[in-house]
This record gives sequence, C-alpha cells and structure tokens, in this order.
Amino acid sequence: MITLAQAPFDPGALLTAFCAGRDETGAVASFVGLARAEGGSASILELEAYPGFTESAIEAFAVEAAGRFGLQDWRIVHRVGKIAPGEAVVFVTTAAKHRRAAFEACDFLMDWLKSRAPFWKKEHGPAGARWIEPTAQDRTDAQRWDV
Amino acid sequence: MARVLLFGRLADQAGWREREVEAASLAALRASIAHDDAALARALEGPGVQVAVDKALVRGEAVLAAATEVAFLPPMSGG
Repeated sequence: MITLAQAPFDPGALLTAFCAGRDETGAVASFVGLARAEGGSASILELEAYPGFTESAIEAFAVEAAGRFGLQDWRIVHRVGKIAPGEAVVFVTTAAKHRRAAFEACDFLMDWLKSRAPFWKKEHGPAGARWIEPTAQDRTDAQRWDV
Repeated sequence: MARVLLFGRLADQAGWREREVEAASLAALRASIAHDDAALARALEGPGVQVAVDKALVRGEAVLAAATEVAFLPPMSGG
C-alpha cells in the first residue's frame, strides 16, 4: 500500500504494524529517508505530488518489484508538503520469505522513488527557493536495475 | 470545460495551479493558454514536459470531453 502523508509520521510505528501477524515471512527490510539541513543551506524541503497519479505510478512500480523479487508484501509512505530537516521523507518496507529478496526489493524501490517517481521538489533556504531535479548519481543508481 | 492543473515550476511561472479552460482538444487548450500567456504556452511545450489527460500520460493531440482533467507535468524530481 502507498500513502502520501501531509503530516510527519512515525517510521517505527509503521514498521511495527507491518511486522505484526506474519508467520510465513522470514525477512522484513526497511528504509527511512530523512530531510537533510545541508549545513543550514536548506531550511525546508517542499514536495508536490499529483494526487491519484503519483500513488498509481508508485503502486505500479511496487507491483513490478513484488513480482521481480518475489515479495509477499510491501508498504510505502511518502511525505508531501513542507518538510523540516530531520523529519522522515520516505519509508519503504518489504516482506519476503528470505532476506535477499527483502533487501534487494527495498533498494530497488528506493532507487526508483529517488529518480523517477512523480514528485516535484523545491528546496527553501536562506538564498531563496529552487526546484530540484534528480542528480546524475540518482539516475545511475536507478539504471543498475535495468535489464 | 477542461480542468487544467500545473505542477512544479510551471505553476510558479504561471502564478496559478488550477484553472477551468473552455477547449475541445489539447491544441485548442494550448491556443487558449497562449492567448493569455504566451510565455507559459511555450513553457508547456518545453523539453521534458509531459501531459496527462484524466491521469493518463498522452503524447501529441487529445480530444477533451467535458470535465476532463489536463495536467502539465514538468520533469519529475523523484522523492
């Protein structure tokens, strides 16, 4: 399931809820991305989504990841709106029978989310606001999975 | 009437994010926007700008029925 969250969320509580009641899952992997202060140059990160469209794109990709890695389940929560340094931006968790699939699917989903997901990102700092596009490193990370 | 949505830098440039525009096709919609704001119309045809009609990406021309939602999406930044 994918959720776009307007307000700060608790990654620990999400992970606890995701792990509950599983007796055929051997491995749960998770990743939490936090907003960085960049030494004071970025005071607020603002993420814009296209409600409906953004969730569908992420859902379609997670379904592909689930097939590719043999996941039993997955959960993604992504913040939108204005995010302060230190707050969680994204939470991804994956469940599989064994650890390799859970780790790899989590890594795969994050590489895609960072480079291709339908978000528009603006950084507000002392020097003003600027729109951010994926870095060359984000694109290279995502291309690792192309076959 | 089509409901036009702008995202990211396109909304900043236009000074609006959502507007109703009377248009029966994507071409007519672009012409109507160009009539009000030529620079915005050029930006909507800029490199990497994608168009979604009722939340599905389209290439080229599209017929717009009543209450169609048309979104102009600048290059996506990822999360």
